[in-house]
Amino acid sequence: MAEALLQPWGARLRLQGWPVAVMLLLGLLLWYGGAWLLNAPGAIERVLRDQPWAWPDLLAATMAMERPVLPAPHQVAADFWSSLTDWPLDSPRNLLFHVAVTAESTLWGFALGTLLGLLLAICIVHSRTLDRALLPWIVASQSVPVLAIAPIVLVILGSLGFAGVAPKAVIAMYLCFFPVTVAMVQGLRSPQRIEMEMLHTYAASAWQTLWLLRLPAALPFVFPALRVGIAAGLVGAMVAELPTGAQAGLGARLLTGSYYGNTVQIWSALVMSALLGLLLTGLVAAVEHLVLRQRRQA
Amino acid sequence: MSRAAKTSLVLVAVSALLAAGLMQQPQAQAQAPLTPLFWLGVGMLGLLALVSVRQLAALDGSRLTGSLTAALFGLWLLYFWQLLVVALEVPRVLLPPPWLILQSLLDHGPTLWRDFTQTVLKAVLLGWLLGSALGFGVALAIDRQPFLQRGLLPLASLTSTIPLVAVAPIAVMWFGFDWQSKAAVVVLMTFFPMLVSTLAGLQASGKLERELMHSYAASYGGTLLALRLPVALPFMFGALKINASLALIGAIVAEFFGSPTSGLGFRISTEAARMNMSLVWGAIVVAAVTGSLAYTLLLRLERRFAFWHPSVRAAAGN
Repeated sequence: MAEALLQPWGARLRLQGWPVAVMLLLGLLLWYGGAWLLNAPGAIERVLRDQPWAWPDLLAATMAMERPVLPAPHQVAADFWSSLTDWPLDSPRNLLFHVAVTAESTLWGFALGTLLGLLLAICIVHSRTLDRALLPWIVASQSVPVLAIAPIVLVILGSLGFAGVAPKAVIAMYLCFFPVTVAMVQGLRSPQRIEMEMLHTYAASAWQTLWLLRLPAALPFVFPALRVGIAAGLVGAMVAELPTGAQAGLGARLLTGSYYGNTVQIWSALVMSALLGLLLTGLVAAVEHLVLRQRRQA
Repeated sequence: MSRAAKTSLVLVAVSALLAAGLMQQPQAQAQAPLTPLFWLGVGMLGLLALVSVRQLAALDGSRLTGSLTAALFGLWLLYFWQLLVVALEVPRVLLPPPWLILQSLLDHGPTLWRDFTQTVLKAVLLGWLLGSALGFGVALAIDRQPFLQRGLLPLASLTSTIPLVAVAPIAVMWFGFDWQSKAAVVVLMTFFPMLVSTLAGLQASGKLERELMHSYAASYGGTLLALRLPVALPFMFGALKINASLALIGAIVAEFFGSPTSGLGFRISTEAARMNMSLVWGAIVVAAVTGSLAYTLLLRLERRFAFWHPSVRAAAGN
């Protein structure tokens, strides 16, 4: 994706625009077909029960059901739009309210996780002990389903008196810092021996080496990890909203939707979380683009 | 055995003796008030532990000492966790000592085994196999259609930024509470990484090699089997490893949305609600060990089947 982003826009559009548009259209058609197929039994049973009906009636019924198995795209779009515009911004019925709640804990977690990953990586690079004792555990913990820990973190922080955004941010942080640490260690070690030796001949201190050589060299390594990290942080924030009594946030919206069998609400929350994920990753990619463009000009 | 190795061995032995002695103190069992002397002992042991890990880390760079260092560090961490949690009488709800977690792991063995079969052997394993196989199959199928590739690849790589696990409530609605719905979530989550990685791997072979195959008049299938699939192997193993942890996460989170009365995610969420934290930690240990084992197994397989690849040879150190 990074390489694709760095290509000029025109060439990208020519090369990929058409195929992607065709695929999206195909997906939409499949969705309509699926909605028709999956909703047909329910529609026959509930809507068209005591009247003679023809195929067009069935089609119309499947597209406008109250609680469809698979809502048609236009139903989701309508619900999405009405939940954005029909309610004030601070109402829990407005989807943007939930987006703000989720985005807040995601961004806090992302910031804290990036900071923690950065500090850990700097310590690991400068200490042989930490490198050999701690790094294997950090790598091994990547294969552990960290989200399983979410309920524990919530209980622990809850009984310590932290409520609100803190527990969710901690879980998002927990998911963010692994990729950042690993990529950062790799990046801080990427300068070649000859460059390190040159700074050594300048009698540069460890801090100067870090600031002038290691950190700039680590940038291309750390941005992909940041993109992974912010997406993981969003998942963490959403999952952290599940056991907290589901008051606010996209995860809570999903849970209430599944409690009340409100499929259209689930789907619009799903679409919204996808959009939020794209937006957050897009922001990181934009920063990456700016930073690395400066690099190329220099 | 070198002198440095002997020194570190002696250090480890002395600190282990001191650690065992400290554990026997009444203060460490929370049966006597904490005295400054006890804290002095803890401080000295901490210092000793630090020195022993440092000493071991400073030894030669072989792989054995590397894993020994990590193991020693982990053991010290567990030891101080146990010692301090018991001595300071931290409430068990907050943080149970490791010994208690081990005990509940043994006590609730049959329950956790049922959870393990429900979540891992049914949902995760089947979903992971099916999702990865589907991703591989679709990648092979669209390998010869540049139009489909250009259309699907950007969309498929965008899905990594989307919290796909959020489809869990829909999957539960469609496929019921049992493992089928979890497997469906896992299939969806593992499909795209495998698709993207396989496509990237199939394009990774060099121009030179492909021209060589062309000059041998190799057919499409021949080139695929002899050149492009082997070159794609490291990419596919990368996706399989990512998928293993994604699959565990997907199945556990999907169980938060509704499940029969077994399963690791179900156990974690219900026991956390009942404040039975040692069993929650037990379930997490099971999940963690499963994830690490799957990762290690895949790493072994990769070393065996892609032994020629530079990344594997660099990791093996020759």
